[in-house]
Amino acid sequence: MRIIKFLLIKEFKQIFRNRAILAVIMVMPVIQLIILPLAANYEIKNINLAVVDNDRSDYSRDLINQVVASGYFKLRSYNDSYKQALTQIEDDNADLILEIPHGFEQNLVRENKQQLFIGVNAINGTKAGLGAGYISNIVSEYNNAVRKKLNVPDRFNAVPVIEITASNWYNQHLNYRLFMVPGILAILVTIVGGFLSSLNIVKEKEAGTIEQINVSPVKKYHFILGKLIPFWILGNVVFTLGLLVGWIFYGIIPLGNILVLYVFIAVYLLAILGFGLLVSTICDTQQQAMLIMFFFVMIFVLMGGLFTPIDSMPDWAKTVSKFNPISYFIDVMRMVIIKGSGFRDIQNDILTIIVFAIVLNTAAVLNYRKTS
Amino acid sequence: MENKERDMKQFLTFVKKEFLHVLRDKKTLLILFGMPVVQILIFGFALTNEVKNSKIVVVDYAKDIASQKIIAKIEASRYFEITKSLAGSAALEAAFKTGDIKMAIVFPEGFNNQLLHENKAQIQVIADASDPNNATTLTNYVSSIINDYQAQQNQINPAPYQIRPEIKMLYNPQLKGAPNFVPGVMALILMLVCVMMTAISIVKEKEMGTMEILLVSPFRPIMVIISKAVPYLILSMVNVITILLLSVFVLDLPIAGSILLLFAESTLFIITCLTLGIFISVKTDSQQTAMLISLLGMLLPTLLFSGFLFPIENMPLPLQWFSNIVPSKWYYLIVKGIMIKGLGFSYIWKETLILFAITIFLLIISLKSFKIRLS
Repeated sequence: MRIIKFLLIKEFKQIFRNRAILAVIMVMPVIQLIILPLAANYEIKNINLAVVDNDRSDYSRDLINQVVASGYFKLRSYNDSYKQALTQIEDDNADLILEIPHGFEQNLVRENKQQLFIGVNAINGTKAGLGAGYISNIVSEYNNAVRKKLNVPDRFNAVPVIEITASNWYNQHLNYRLFMVPGILAILVTIVGGFLSSLNIVKEKEAGTIEQINVSPVKKYHFILGKLIPFWILGNVVFTLGLLVGWIFYGIIPLGNILVLYVFIAVYLLAILGFGLLVSTICDTQQQAMLIMFFFVMIFVLMGGLFTPIDSMPDWAKTVSKFNPISYFIDVMRMVIIKGSGFRDIQNDILTIIVFAIVLNTAAVLNYRKTS
Repeated sequence: MENKERDMKQFLTFVKKEFLHVLRDKKTLLILFGMPVVQILIFGFALTNEVKNSKIVVVDYAKDIASQKIIAKIEASRYFEITKSLAGSAALEAAFKTGDIKMAIVFPEGFNNQLLHENKAQIQVIADASDPNNATTLTNYVSSIINDYQAQQNQINPAPYQIRPEIKMLYNPQLKGAPNFVPGVMALILMLVCVMMTAISIVKEKEMGTMEILLVSPFRPIMVIISKAVPYLILSMVNVITILLLSVFVLDLPIAGSILLLFAESTLFIITCLTLGIFISVKTDSQQTAMLISLLGMLLPTLLFSGFLFPIENMPLPLQWFSNIVPSKWYYLIVKGIMIKGLGFSYIWKETLILFAITIFLLIISLKSFKIRLS
């Protein structure tokens, strides 16, 4: 116990001595958490629209007006031909083409049937999917309005109608920030914890100071614990700062018990720090450690379920993401903060992370050799 | 003339030294080459923006023919996976809270009866909106499935004045993730590898004290720095080739435009990143600071501001302005233009010019603040 105390004093001295890094650790996540949710906005609202109106009738104008009035689309240009509209998409001036064919009004009124052509820039799948969904809804609303206007005889109203009442639980106003802020905080805490711990032992290796520890009576697990505890505390501080930023800047107050969050983060930090330390024992230089960490963090972050849904991944990728600590963290954050889940709801996640923590830290202790 | 020749020879010697440094470190090398491969594969195959296989539950109070038919239809679509049928809505809350379901569909009692006799019936669709886009998309899917069902039922006397929108997904008909992610991941990897590796390898010499030895040599100080960047330039070009080969042959994502142009633009971007790395190394003294800046300062901003995950036009104006100084944004636009849309240089000269300007700017301020003497 005494040895650990001395090691802790040493580590803390080293941490506090380097003000620049301390500032980076504390300030960067806060700034990023303030700014990034503003940037990570997927509320698709300003879809740029290029219109090709070959009909130029009252009906086609009505339709265009209705599309623009919906608020999802911004009318960027009128084009003479589909080809011209396509160049708008190529230049990224438009995301969606609405082509109204010649004789739209006539065909609709006389022949009861009319096609519309819609071309969507689908390089970005989400945007394309939502854009197409919005415009189909608007067209079918417009269609209903047309029917009313043309006085559809009564017998058609006799057709049974299924009404769909949709409700959005937990986030009625579909506030995207509520979704992003907890997720980004999870990523930031992971990055800070993972990188600091992975660089630490390597730094001692590079500086040669590790030899001094190796010849001392410090035990392996003492050494690892001495490294683990300071970063664990720092991680908790960063997490708390993050929750405060979420509350002050975005008004996000966890619906569930905040204690549940802290229990989870306590275990989670052990796991992620253990991972960092393991990387640190494997590597010889800080550059290596950094690259390996970067490699994993990038996979963890992108496969964590924040940017693309895990449900849509192929089975092998779903299996991989079962080993991704961030995906558990993001899930738990959302469940507790947005849905107000309790201990019982997240106990499986906590248990999994505990297993991660034990495995990773044991591996780190075993892999750290006092003799080279 | 002789002088120049000597300079050149010296320069090559230094480049050789740096190459040896890089090649000797097998672990780093393995990661440098392995990383793009693994990541392109993961992102090409695993990430898609499409929402499918979402787990949902059904609460069927009606249990009649209409509700059964609709449920069967929903089950048959690849968007949904009905995990269980709950007996009542009391269990709903609990199911949402453990987080494994995304949506619940509730059929009221006597659904079919109402439909037949009152010509009107309701279905309640409850989405877990803690992920708002997912919720919207799923609600849209369910609505269109139910509408489909209705249209089938009403086939005998179809509604008049039908407008049928015909929707075509351009460039990416299956809404695959790859066309969006490959250019994005390319920008991300090049940016981070070049910036980080150069910054660290220069700062490392400072930290170890070997920088002093290099600076007192007869060799021009700026050449010391440039020779450090050369190996990473070549490594990154190899990486670009690997990524392109993978995306063409493994991901089936052909390069629509000119390969040569794409390669030239990539080289420009790599040089931009290298100068950024040099800039960071000039400004910092310890490897850890250099790393934290290139990582914390670059990873998330590059992810977010290059525009491949989140549309830039949705951001508040100041952030839109800010995105203009993120080099990967321009590179992403260029790659997307050449690779996916098959555009020529006349469409992307503006982006190219901006990248070029950023590079020159970084180079000039790095040179200005480069100190020959260490304190």
